Amino acid sequence: MSKLVITDLHVTVDTEDGPKEILKGVTLTINEGETHAIMGPNGSGKSTLAYSIAGHPKYTITGGSVTLDGQDVLSLSVDERARAGLFLAMQYPVEVPGVSVSNFLRTAKTAIDGEAPKLRTWVKDVNAALEQLNLDPSFGTRSVNEGFSGGEKKRHEIAQLELLDPQVAVLDETDSGLDIDALKVVSEGVNRFRAREGKGVLLITHYTRILRYIEPDFVHVFVDGKVAESGGKELADELEASGYDKYLTKANA
Amino acid sequence: MTVTTDSVRSALEQAPALDRVESHLHPAGSFEVSDHEVPTGREEIWRFTPLKRLKGLHADAPLDGRNTKATWNAPEGVSVGVVTGDEARALRGVSGWAPNTRFTARVLAEVPATLLVDVPADVEASEPIVVEVDGTDADVTSGAHVVLRFGTHSKAVVVLNHTGSAAVAAVVEVVVADGAEASVVSIQDWADDAVHLSHHQARVGRDATYKHAAISFGGDLVRMDANVTYDGPGGSAELLGLYFADAGQHIEHRIFADHTAPRTKSHAVYKGALQGEKAHTVWVGNVLIRKVAEGIETYEENRNLVLTDGCHADSIPNLEIETGEIVGAGHASATARFDDNQLFYLQSRGVSEKEAQRLVVHGFFNDLIRKVGVPSIEERLLATVEAELAKNVLKELF
Repeated sequence: MSKLVITDLHVTVDTEDGPKEILKGVTLTINEGETHAIMGPNGSGKSTLAYSIAGHPKYTITGGSVTLDGQDVLSLSVDERARAGLFLAMQYPVEVPGVSVSNFLRTAKTAIDGEAPKLRTWVKDVNAALEQLNLDPSFGTRSVNEGFSGGEKKRHEIAQLELLDPQVAVLDETDSGLDIDALKVVSEGVNRFRAREGKGVLLITHYTRILRYIEPDFVHVFVDGKVAESGGKELADELEASGYDKYLTKANA
Repeated sequence: MTVTTDSVRSALEQAPALDRVESHLHPAGSFEVSDHEVPTGREEIWRFTPLKRLKGLHADAPLDGRNTKATWNAPEGVSVGVVTGDEARALRGVSGWAPNTRFTARVLAEVPATLLVDVPADVEASEPIVVEVDGTDADVTSGAHVVLRFGTHSKAVVVLNHTGSAAVAAVVEVVVADGAEASVVSIQDWADDAVHLSHHQARVGRDATYKHAAISFGGDLVRMDANVTYDGPGGSAELLGLYFADAGQHIEHRIFADHTAPRTKSHAVYKGALQGEKAHTVWVGNVLIRKVAEGIETYEENRNLVLTDGCHADSIPNLEIETGEIVGAGHASATARFDDNQLFYLQSRGVSEKEAQRLVVHGFFNDLIRKVGVPSIEERLLATVEAELAKNVLKELF
């Protein structure tokens, strides 16, 4: 079971000119088994929403709430949120020099599960996850994200998604910078995750392209720090045809 | 330091082929103790060192105290032992260098014995030669002269491991003959009250490979100068350093790669972590590319990770270039706290802040530890990094 409820979320970041409000009252519910796509123009606050849910220290929550199965997410530390069942696939995964992928994955899995994974099945699981994402097994000995291509970084994020098996996954522009083959591989990974019982997905994207491979149950247009319109997947088709112009005009008016 | 005309002349006689270069990086040397005044702390090469804590080693403290016990192994074909008298005297300055500080001049002049590790030509040592130096009393001062001699086309690893309590001024001279492959690892794992002032001087022969790893964890004050000169073209030196300074510790590493021959290489990587009130580290990386040193390559890098408040890291790369006809020369220096984004990334995968910091610090040192290239040492270093972390960073988070 997993239900992510975001209610009237307000978030600021500190700038040279003082705090600036980025999220201006976001309300969104992701029930178990649902995939929601959030689409919006650059600078609309999509990534801020993702990082705020995950708890990045750069963002200050000034109002509203986020709960996962009724539990207050905002009062948890970043790692507690992950252990509660949240996962953020980042747009720009961070390099951690000297820490091998296999050590990183094992440490993360141990933290999430509260106990070390069984060695024999774990090695098999890791190799399978890497293989399904077209990542060479030698990948395990490389330093986390260091020297990875853009596509390798994204595929590595999805391998983590499958191995760590959270309740709700937030995918922040996982499709950006991917060629069509890599996009398919990544989408298949996300779809394997969605096929598991009760998983929620919040898919943040700028382009409609990925929605051809990952079919959302709901689409939300995100403009100027809040949801401007919600609908079914037909809303994505509409956006593909006419773009964000009408929302931007409205927001600026 | 004042240098008399005589000592300049004697230095020139030492190295007649080299032009004299006027700069603070390479004051002319002299074997005469009286040519070296007691440093005041205002000198460029002493300005970071807290002289008061040196127990007089920089000045006139006795160098004949008994405060260490040395033991060693000697693999087949290698001889390790203490020599005295004429034999010891003949080894003074064997690295083609004349002392440029008072303490080094005093060690060469006053210490009667030399610990000599002799790897004859063509011998490949089957295992590392480990010299254990265990200090017994930090209130007693002593001097030590060590010579590591690697014969033509020989190959060996020498580990100098310092533990216990002592106040020691040491000169280690390393001769790497043509075509030899030499590794020297010096571990300063002293007790909290130890003082260690040392100078490692290596001469790297034609087409020879020299790796020097300075690893400093323990001691109240540890200062090491690790210098390299080249005896012929094609020599290569890799200078590695790993240090971890705790509250109140002063750990100072200086290197000097003096490119005295064409087509030589030097590559230095020093990494340090600091934790606790008044932990102080110093890294000074000196590289001189002499006129004769055409076609050389040099790179030096120092990175410091500041783990807590109240620490201080100095990092100064110096590069002097007398010829532009080189393959490459570069340096990098960075001192930083934990990277918030790295910690966030790890924590977003469920890893606690404490564990994330632990991973980042291990990662920071891992590449360097692998470069040391001695498996038994690598394991020990990983364990030591873990133990250092347990002392402060990890504890604070509970």
